[in-house]
Amino acid sequence: MKVLRAPLTDEDIRAVAEGEEVLISGVMYTARDAAHRRLAEAAARGEDWPVDLKGQILYYTGPCPAAPGEVIGPAGPTTSGRMDPYTPLLLSRGLKAMVGKGRRSKEVLAAMEKYGALYLVTYGGLGVLLADRIKRAEVVAYPDLGPEAIFRLEVEHFPAIRPTASYLQR
Amino acid sequence: MGRRRVLRVSRHKFPKLVLDPEVVKELCLRAVSRLPADVRRALEAAREREEDPVAKRTLRLILENARLAAERGRPLCQDTGVAVVFVELGQEVRLVGDLEAAVNEGVRRAYVGGYLRRSVVADPLLRENTGDNTPAVLHVELRPGDEVKITVVPKGIGSENMSRLAMLKPADGRTGVINFVLETVARAGPNACPPLVVGVGVGGTMERAAYLAKKALLRRLDEPNPRPHLRELEEELFERVNELGIGPEGLGGRTTALAVLVEAFPTHIGGLPVAVNLGCHAARHATAVWRPGRGWEVQA
Repeated sequence: MKVLRAPLTDEDIRAVAEGEEVLISGVMYTARDAAHRRLAEAAARGEDWPVDLKGQILYYTGPCPAAPGEVIGPAGPTTSGRMDPYTPLLLSRGLKAMVGKGRRSKEVLAAMEKYGALYLVTYGGLGVLLADRIKRAEVVAYPDLGPEAIFRLEVEHFPAIRPTASYLQR
Repeated sequence: MGRRRVLRVSRHKFPKLVLDPEVVKELCLRAVSRLPADVRRALEAAREREEDPVAKRTLRLILENARLAAERGRPLCQDTGVAVVFVELGQEVRLVGDLEAAVNEGVRRAYVGGYLRRSVVADPLLRENTGDNTPAVLHVELRPGDEVKITVVPKGIGSENMSRLAMLKPADGRTGVINFVLETVARAGPNACPPLVVGVGVGGTMERAAYLAKKALLRRLDEPNPRPHLRELEEELFERVNELGIGPEGLGGRTTALAVLVEAFPTHIGGLPVAVNLGCHAARHATAVWRPGRGWEVQA
């Protein structure tokens, strides 16, 4: 099975076929609703972002807090479609891949095509199993957002699938 | 005379209950980490039935995750939800203290002390996190008798967001209800984390239909509605939902739903409300019952 590792190149992205399963190792950043909103507001004000997403992989998740002895609490994917209004902006700034669950808007699919980006899905509701693939986690931006803060994760063999057209279709 | 009658009433011994927040806390912690046995059995049966290798493997992973979560006492899913709490209160019971405050205190202890995700914002438009997952959504129903039953449902938003309600016309009838359920599940697709438990509320008024749909999610998956026409409706819906081919996690397969559960209530001559509340495969809930002299017992 192919192993993807950020920073991703256009070549990496083209090499993943529809319906293909891949493993992700190395760095992923997290962001969900509130972090996306903050990034968009910062961009509107012309401010720099607290993380450079160029070539990076973004994982849509809001983990549980880590219990004693855990790297991170359960951390499965959240519904990607809620991030759609913000995604073209992130892609225009070099984000290369997103990991979540569920369908995307036409606008996002078009922006992925335009900027050369990949959308992957992983298993919704498998919080414990997926957290086991996360080896390090630290908050790198917006700590006041709690579970919605931006985390930098280091993962090993994190499973994901490039969805087929029928998965994405309404 | 009037005064004597009042005195006589006050001498009647009503069992007293002070709700201990620890009961609610334990139910929250149990619900988020342990799949009810009927849900687990339904997932196991689906895994055996599936022929599609991706669907089969996905169900195997779902069961493996459930096993690990129970073993570690940690949440199956990071979305530990809004705590929806149903209290069935026996009318003979004299509640002492503030029920809602005790429920919220239990939720607070579970979510903060139990390392669960706090997902509640204080205002839907201002969106500031309350930090302790309170308030719970509390429903109280009066019942005859002297028992109290509490059920905690940690309801995740992935499936809640794909739930829908329609005020159909009486002429739409059974077919209209079926079409609305199928359309709702198809629109949800992979977003609601299938295989789903589909709760359907038919009849009543707008809010009663929604409430029935939510309550349907608490039913045992292997016990059909006792009324024959509703049982048939459940069976037909179950078959047709699974013909949609969405499959576990939306990756294709025969298992789009683990169960379709229908609840009905009398309605107006001019109306046919129908609500569909979707539940994800982490179909979580936990219940405890209180009886005078016996205290609380958690139901397996």
